[in-house]
Amino acid sequence: MTGMTRKDVGTFIAKQGILIAFVIFMIGFAMANQRFIQIDNISGVIRSSAILGVMALGVTFVVIGGNLDLSVGSMMSFSTIVVLDLHDKIGPALAIPAMFALTLALGAFIGLLVGYLRLNSLIVTLGMLSAIHGLTLTWSGGKNMDIENKATTWFWFFGQDRILNIPVPILIFAVLAVVLGLLLAKTPFGRKVYAVGGNDQAATFSGIPRARVVFMTYIISAFCVATAGLLQASRSMGSQNNVGQGMELEVLAAVILGGASLMGGAGTVFKTVIGVLILGFIQNGLLLMGMDFYVRYMVTWAIIILAVWLDVAAKRGRLWSPIA
Amino acid sequence: MTTLNSKDLVKRGAIWAFIAAELAFFSIAGQFLSGSDSNFLDPGNMLLLLKQSAPLGIIALGMTIIMINGNIDLSVGATFALAGVVLLDSLSWPFMEDLGDWAIPLAWMFALLTGMVLGAINGLIVWKTGVDAFIVTLAAMLGYRGLVFMYNGEQPTSNMNWTLVDFAEAQFLGVHTPTWFLLGTAVVLWLLMTRTVHGRNAYAIGDNREAAVNAGIRVGPHILWNFVLIGFLAALSAVVFFSESGSVNPNDGMLFELWAITAVVLGGTKLAGGYGSIISTLGGVIAIQLLRKGLGHIGADTQTVNLVIGLILIAVLILDRHLNRKGKEELKI
Repeated sequence: MTGMTRKDVGTFIAKQGILIAFVIFMIGFAMANQRFIQIDNISGVIRSSAILGVMALGVTFVVIGGNLDLSVGSMMSFSTIVVLDLHDKIGPALAIPAMFALTLALGAFIGLLVGYLRLNSLIVTLGMLSAIHGLTLTWSGGKNMDIENKATTWFWFFGQDRILNIPVPILIFAVLAVVLGLLLAKTPFGRKVYAVGGNDQAATFSGIPRARVVFMTYIISAFCVATAGLLQASRSMGSQNNVGQGMELEVLAAVILGGASLMGGAGTVFKTVIGVLILGFIQNGLLLMGMDFYVRYMVTWAIIILAVWLDVAAKRGRLWSPIA
Repeated sequence: MTTLNSKDLVKRGAIWAFIAAELAFFSIAGQFLSGSDSNFLDPGNMLLLLKQSAPLGIIALGMTIIMINGNIDLSVGATFALAGVVLLDSLSWPFMEDLGDWAIPLAWMFALLTGMVLGAINGLIVWKTGVDAFIVTLAAMLGYRGLVFMYNGEQPTSNMNWTLVDFAEAQFLGVHTPTWFLLGTAVVLWLLMTRTVHGRNAYAIGDNREAAVNAGIRVGPHILWNFVLIGFLAALSAVVFFSESGSVNPNDGMLFELWAITAVVLGGTKLAGGYGSIISTLGGVIAIQLLRKGLGHIGADTQTVNLVIGLILIAVLILDRHLNRKGKEELKI
């Protein structure tokens, strides 16, 4: 370490800050409570983070493409309600593809508005947050949805079953993370997403179809939301109309925590997974330490700001903002 | 900006034309569809409507300044709830109970101070760290909500103080107390934005931050004051609302930030900063409340309100895009 100056160390800490923080938290929690590192606890945390995580994977694409998606929470409520309702009407084998089709249609609508009509994504998805919530309430008539015959259906498989002793939600989350991670990191499409998010105009001038790329990021996001809705519905076999309410901002928090820049062009699927896991393990670790549940909100607050601050500081080369 | 061209007039008049259209539609449609005999345009009904727009309106007015500044505040809902908790809880502190009715202004002060402190924390972080306001206030939304839960767990905080309720329900010159607060806030903020250096700086910073810095405007403290201001207004909104209801649920105010932003955008303020008006935001708030009440009046499910407002927001954006198509950032593909 002799070759490193103080500044190099600072830059290293700032760049890998999120991983370092993760490791420190894990060690701290493990020392505080032995239960924290037991397999069943770890698997429990990942399982309960899976729904948020699956949604965060999709939002990562949107954010790297330089846009926002605030509609994922209310869209997830929609998917959950729709699949539960259709389950009793047309059976699970048809209900699942039908729900995916409807959710993808909503994603396509947003993609059309943000990609092809170039509308501001924050406001479009804000409007869709409200509109989809209205749609969900209209669909359900404001009532809770429940599967009538819980004993005879195989629908519980996605949310509650295990394969090789691994909970299915974890498997789905992992498979989706690997597939989407490869899509983003190793394919021409992935490079285009970075290009569009990094510099919209330059990307256009180099012949990248910006509109289509942005459109696709919203399709991917909607696909992830539909998957999350499926996991949610299958886990609880019944749901309220607002099951995903507020999740849009928690998802965004996880994505930002993973280091994706809101300006677009930066971030990876792997780091988003880390962001999701940090949120999940902190919640779990604090509970195991006997803290009240609200402590995690305050810890999350501090962590997000510190993480982004370090990132910004590393880029500009100084800790404090130069604003007068 | 001494002469307004026709395009500006269209833009500024749009929200009021929309409100007029809503009024006409709901009063005519109400004749046929409404179950009740009352007229939608009944003055009592309209006064009630203004009163109900006050809590959201006061926050949206503050959000306008933040957005003209080129920032955003997602933590106002949590600030609203925490200020409400402080207001009602402080009334039951032992030394406050000894004060009798004098405890009320003191409780208001505590609540407003809470809001200002929370706003100042956001503002300081934005200023000193240079992290985007969107992220800072997104995180604060979680953090401040945590503080709300810390107070009373998942239990509501209740305190029925009848002097307080009487005050909140009082009518002066026929207009309810919350409406006076809304109108007062609108006048003060309008003066602030159109008649003072602070207001001019707010537009300048939102329009081009670098140019503002070069022009010698101290951007950091300016942003800090605006966040203190919106914290104060979120708390004022809580004071107006919870004085009457007397009970705070720890989840109160959730998604308030998004409704406030919707109202501001309906009023024509630009997300990118540098453009917007307090009076138009007032129009946006009234338009939303009219829609809520109107749809109820003609017997539509209250659930459709969300759907309609969402679609209107998107429609406004498309219209705005067409009105503003002026070469500048257009790069059609």
